[in-house]
Amino acid sequence: MTTAQLIGADPGWLITVKALLVFIFCVILTLLSVWGERRLVGRMQQRPGPNRVGPFGLIQALADGVKLALKEDIIPAAADKVVFVLAPIISATTCFMSFAVIPITGPVTLFGQKTAMQLTDLPIGVLYVLAIASVGVYGIILAGWSSGSTYPLLGGLRSSAQVISYEIAMGLSLVAVFIYAGSMSTSDIVAAQSKTWYAVVLFPSFVIFAISMVGETNRAPFDLAEAEGELVGGFHTEYSSLKFALFFLAEYVNIISVSALATTLFLGGYHAPPFLGFTENWLGGWFTAIWFFSKVLVFFFVFVWLRGTLPRLRYDQFMQFGWKILIPVSIVWILIVATLRLLSLQGAPRLVVVGFASFVVLLVMLVNIGFEKAKKKKEEAVFDEGPAPSFAVPALPIKKESDHV
Amino acid sequence: MSNIEAFKNNELDLKKVEFEQVDQPGSVGLLGHAKGFWVTFSTIFKKPETVEYPEVKAPTQERFHGRHQLNRHPDGLEKCIGCELCAWACPADAIYVEGADNTEEHRMSPGERYGKVYQINYLRCVFCGLCIEACPTRALTMTNEYELADDSREKLIFEKDDLLGPLRAGMLMPPHPMYPDMDDKNYYKGDVTESHPSQEIK
Repeated sequence: MTTAQLIGADPGWLITVKALLVFIFCVILTLLSVWGERRLVGRMQQRPGPNRVGPFGLIQALADGVKLALKEDIIPAAADKVVFVLAPIISATTCFMSFAVIPITGPVTLFGQKTAMQLTDLPIGVLYVLAIASVGVYGIILAGWSSGSTYPLLGGLRSSAQVISYEIAMGLSLVAVFIYAGSMSTSDIVAAQSKTWYAVVLFPSFVIFAISMVGETNRAPFDLAEAEGELVGGFHTEYSSLKFALFFLAEYVNIISVSALATTLFLGGYHAPPFLGFTENWLGGWFTAIWFFSKVLVFFFVFVWLRGTLPRLRYDQFMQFGWKILIPVSIVWILIVATLRLLSLQGAPRLVVVGFASFVVLLVMLVNIGFEKAKKKKEEAVFDEGPAPSFAVPALPIKKESDHV
Repeated sequence: MSNIEAFKNNELDLKKVEFEQVDQPGSVGLLGHAKGFWVTFSTIFKKPETVEYPEVKAPTQERFHGRHQLNRHPDGLEKCIGCELCAWACPADAIYVEGADNTEEHRMSPGERYGKVYQINYLRCVFCGLCIEACPTRALTMTNEYELADDSREKLIFEKDDLLGPLRAGMLMPPHPMYPDMDDKNYYKGDVTESHPSQEIK
């Protein structure tokens, strides 16, 4: 019985219970991850981080939330009031929705009912996640636009450009997974990884996905939409009180859900790591949830690590990286994967596969050499400055032979 | 130096000024990035450099610029002579001094004058220490005390009472006469090392 059939047999009350569990889970995980991030970043900067409220400062995030809720809620006079209120609601609702198709455990028994911890299983599950993520971005864009102020507008614009660019790369990196799994359903993709994870088989896709998911969640070093140094707070500059808290919540739930998606698509979802497959039957199958969450936590740690290490990218560098590197590389990679997959499905002899692979490697090397040469040529090129101007101009900061007197 | 002089007299042609090529650190490569990530990762396991401030107070550097103190001579007389040099030196205009004459019945410091009113406004003070450099009698020095937060403007204007150093062993509370057979020059040189029984006003 497939997971889709297993979930399809769920009675209504069980679906409600699961939905509630997913929601509670996301909120609690957000509170803990805010705390965890601050502690970790603190340690990376050789300070302890919040450690005052509750044991180890665990309820610091909750205290902050209460404080935010008690603050005055200001709507600027220049704001478009309806959209201004709507924007954080869009952000905060969509961020939970993608978790609906994430398989958290394998087959388990919940209240005497055989099921799997996955709210629903769609044949196009991953596309659904991508669609929801795109809708979520509307929250940020509309927030920036409706604030009636310059910095939020710039933040919103940046964020729209950013998410459009990185969604393409993200979508393309998923194509290889679809080709290999032969399905877009999250549970099928996880089932297809029971032997080897796609992070190993489709390593370039994994890398591209990992990079673009940071861009997609507006996190450092790609947090240009809220760059404090340049845009005050970016899209949420004008937001206060609970509305700001909703954006805050959305950001962290988004991190958790893209981490969960990455786990599902590339790290074998709830499956145990290699050689530990026997643990999947422990606790009546519930042990798989532990594997799932430890993988999600690994991703979360990487998110924090990136934030603690890298400075924010300049906007043009960021766009260049997305359009000129990530997207072309993913397209080429998809072509290679598709060809290899076709060859293996048609039962082509091993020699053909190896031949094709080495041809690709050779091609990549040739292109690389070409790039290096072009780069060198560009560096060596001497610019023709035209006739000297009649007014005093300091020489260029590059020493040339002709400059020596 | 000679270049700068020439510029002033318009003798040097701007076109002939040579610019040095600056070596820009290029891409650090994959290994360089890995190094950066290792720095943050390994720091997680280091001991934090911070202290739990209100409970644990790390001592400041020896010459940390903290709250001011008005010092006393070893017999208890004040060192401040009300000259206002500190107030004049202050770039933030944080010090206000009013001097007054010492009399035989009411002597606060050796010599002619003493500081009658002495105020430092800690909302203005930038702790630069120029007042300490200006003080001719070492009356004004700085302590290491840095906890100077309060909730009103009035409380942050420190009066003479707040600033005066404590009476130590052998000191008498002024006003009282100078040490017998000593004048202000002796005080200045440090000849007075303690109070004399005759200085006590009964």
